[in-house]
Amino acid sequence: MSTLLAEPRPLPAPAEAPRETYLNVAHGLMSWLLTKDHKRIALLYLITVTVMFFVGGIAITIVRLHLMDPEGGLVEADTYNRLFTLHGVIMVFFFLVPVIPTVLGNFCIPMMIGARDLAFPRINLASWYLFVIAAGWTLYAMLAGGLDTGWTFYTPYTTQSSHYNVVPALIGIVISGFSSIFTGMNFIVTIHKLRAPGLRWWRLPIFVWTIYATSFIFLLAVPVLAMALILEILERVLRIGVFDPALGGDPLLFQHLFWFYSHPAVYIMILPGMGVASEVIPCFARKKIFGYTFVAISSFGIACLGFLVWAHHMFVAGISMYSAMIFSSLSYLVAVPSAIKVFNWTATLYKGSITFQAPMLFALGFVCLFTAGGLPGLFLAALGMDMHVHDTYFVIAHFHFIMVGGMVMAYMSGLHYWWPKITGRMYSEWWSKLTAIIIFVGFFFTFLPQFVVGYNGMPRRYHRYAPEFKVWNVMSSAGASILGAGYVLPLFYLFYSLKWGPPAGPNPWRATGLEWQTASPPPKHNFHETPVVVRGPYEYHLEKAQNEA
Amino acid sequence: MKLSDSTIWTPEERAIIEQDTMLARHRLEEQYANLEQQHETAALGMWVFLATEVMFFGALFVGLGAYIYLHHEAFEKASEKLNWIIGGVNTVVLLVSSLMMVLAVHAAKAGKQRGLFLFLVLTALLGICFLCLKGLEYYTDWRDNLIPGWRFDEQEWIDRAHLTPNQVPQVKLFLMFYWTMTGLHALHVTLGIGAVLAMAVLARRGHFSPVYYSPVDVTALYWHFVDTVWIFLLPMLYLIGTHTAADLHF
Repeated sequence: MSTLLAEPRPLPAPAEAPRETYLNVAHGLMSWLLTKDHKRIALLYLITVTVMFFVGGIAITIVRLHLMDPEGGLVEADTYNRLFTLHGVIMVFFFLVPVIPTVLGNFCIPMMIGARDLAFPRINLASWYLFVIAAGWTLYAMLAGGLDTGWTFYTPYTTQSSHYNVVPALIGIVISGFSSIFTGMNFIVTIHKLRAPGLRWWRLPIFVWTIYATSFIFLLAVPVLAMALILEILERVLRIGVFDPALGGDPLLFQHLFWFYSHPAVYIMILPGMGVASEVIPCFARKKIFGYTFVAISSFGIACLGFLVWAHHMFVAGISMYSAMIFSSLSYLVAVPSAIKVFNWTATLYKGSITFQAPMLFALGFVCLFTAGGLPGLFLAALGMDMHVHDTYFVIAHFHFIMVGGMVMAYMSGLHYWWPKITGRMYSEWWSKLTAIIIFVGFFFTFLPQFVVGYNGMPRRYHRYAPEFKVWNVMSSAGASILGAGYVLPLFYLFYSLKWGPPAGPNPWRATGLEWQTASPPPKHNFHETPVVVRGPYEYHLEKAQNEA
Repeated sequence: MKLSDSTIWTPEERAIIEQDTMLARHRLEEQYANLEQQHETAALGMWVFLATEVMFFGALFVGLGAYIYLHHEAFEKASEKLNWIIGGVNTVVLLVSSLMMVLAVHAAKAGKQRGLFLFLVLTALLGICFLCLKGLEYYTDWRDNLIPGWRFDEQEWIDRAHLTPNQVPQVKLFLMFYWTMTGLHALHVTLGIGAVLAMAVLARRGHFSPVYYSPVDVTALYWHFVDTVWIFLLPMLYLIGTHTAADLHF
């Protein structure tokens, strides 16, 4: 990926003196590795998470190929376990959790609030280094020795039975957790203290609200995961039964601590995506977002409720029936703020002047897949239904609809939306639209069959399965190949745009956000003069009124 | 403090103000509009970080609490073995060190450079005193066979504390929490001492002034947090056992 480091400086127009941007203000590798500029750090993150995405993707490609056949002749059972663990750990901790906050959030938040940088630029850079160290370390531990525990690290298997590199991998994840904490801390403080004059809370773009809510989850949930994993390390090294029942511990305690983080983490993985959709949809519908206040507050509703539903992952783990009933009904409540968002996006589209450029296609795909994947979430929240489909492909399909269909679609949408701002160049419209459609179709093909096999009882994490599920699994694997092609395509046309794309101009989408008020790519300190904000973030109707007049 | 109102300041005062203004300009990082914003941001950053720390220790407290409830008999017996006298004395040491830290911030606000230096050094010294006492306590724990996995006698707990054999792992569990929590806390104290000493060095070099002392303020927040953790550790670890009148030798 070092080519990207050299590539993204756009060539200046030959006749004019080159305008100073954040990309050409300093040159050389060290100017990138020691930068304190949030925009450059965002690009560093972009490279890192892209690498991790494809590493996790390759692992699951092998798994999908293996599952073409019920007997699964491609890899050994042991290798199979290590592959899906690699996929889960990399995708959750090193792609989905950091991707939108650290790439798009890092790039856009200071510009959206009219600031010159994040509040703590050095901590921002340090968190990237922590992330890289954690990613490299975990990846090495998993590739060199392997890890077969699944990304959930359940005890007592993880602490007693697994013969693989559990301790190094856990240490890597704890380190990555600190990276997330520092990022979240930076965002919260920045949003509180560095807003431009006139930018009141109710004038913040929804993306800022969602990143703000996400940062709270980072702060309050990640340390609990870190502690749970540290206790696991201690149990494994010292053989003291924190979680092992044979030694006086309680495995349920681990599950409680783990899901206390990992359920809110699900919302870390979707809230920023909702933020992106809330930026893109008003822009391409040329309409003010419907119900701004509700959309903003529902982000917080989701973040708060997210802390109260963790035990719905443990319905069959032996928690008491009454607490299961309470957690079940609390889980239903999450549907309320989620639905508020979906209804408001739909209402925003109503009577809008919609155009279907790539960011919009991805965003509409996001809304569609998020809704389609969210409704089975209600099935799973129901206690009786969950007993039936627990640990089956039904669950896999559900959370991939949200995580991949939702979050990755939203990330692609945001990347395409802000790409002209980041690089100053436009990508091919035709190829990007095609990619959006390919990913959408490939996605449905991959994961819809998994609902069916899951409902019919195919358990997750097995390297062999009953022959009657074969047709659905082949369908899923075929869909995955389409999906994979869809994910590789942007690499080509986005890279191509860096050099040969037409200059985008400061505001190619005629968007109203503050980040579009400055040049593309932006100068080092974002704005030559601190902007003064006098209106809300989505005043698209003013443009319409102007045109009519 | 307006420099333009030159009539109301004596020449000495004006010299101080001008020096402060120079200092302020020098210490202002580029992303902030003014020093006040920078100070508020730094303080908020520390508060937010402490929220994380609360959750970090919180996971341990929840685990400990759950196991106190599940295995209260073994946990009480194990807790009785801890050296509550040193633990108690250390509480006083830390509280006094927090007082010194408050006085240091007060001195920084008032621009008393010598006082600032002195109180920072006192804070650090009390912190070091805490660590020494903690080390002494760890030594007595070692002597009393309280280190599971290294120096631990299972038979002793069955014979002397009258526990059943399957309660012995619970004792180990308690001791694991004791070592993890106090060890983690000691690590925080060590980092805190480092930060306080760094502040003392900077104070000595005249780095701070009444308009710019936010690093001292932020370090103080951290130090008080570390104290607060200990205030929760003391009852949760040392005082769950029955340190009754017989123990106290009234």
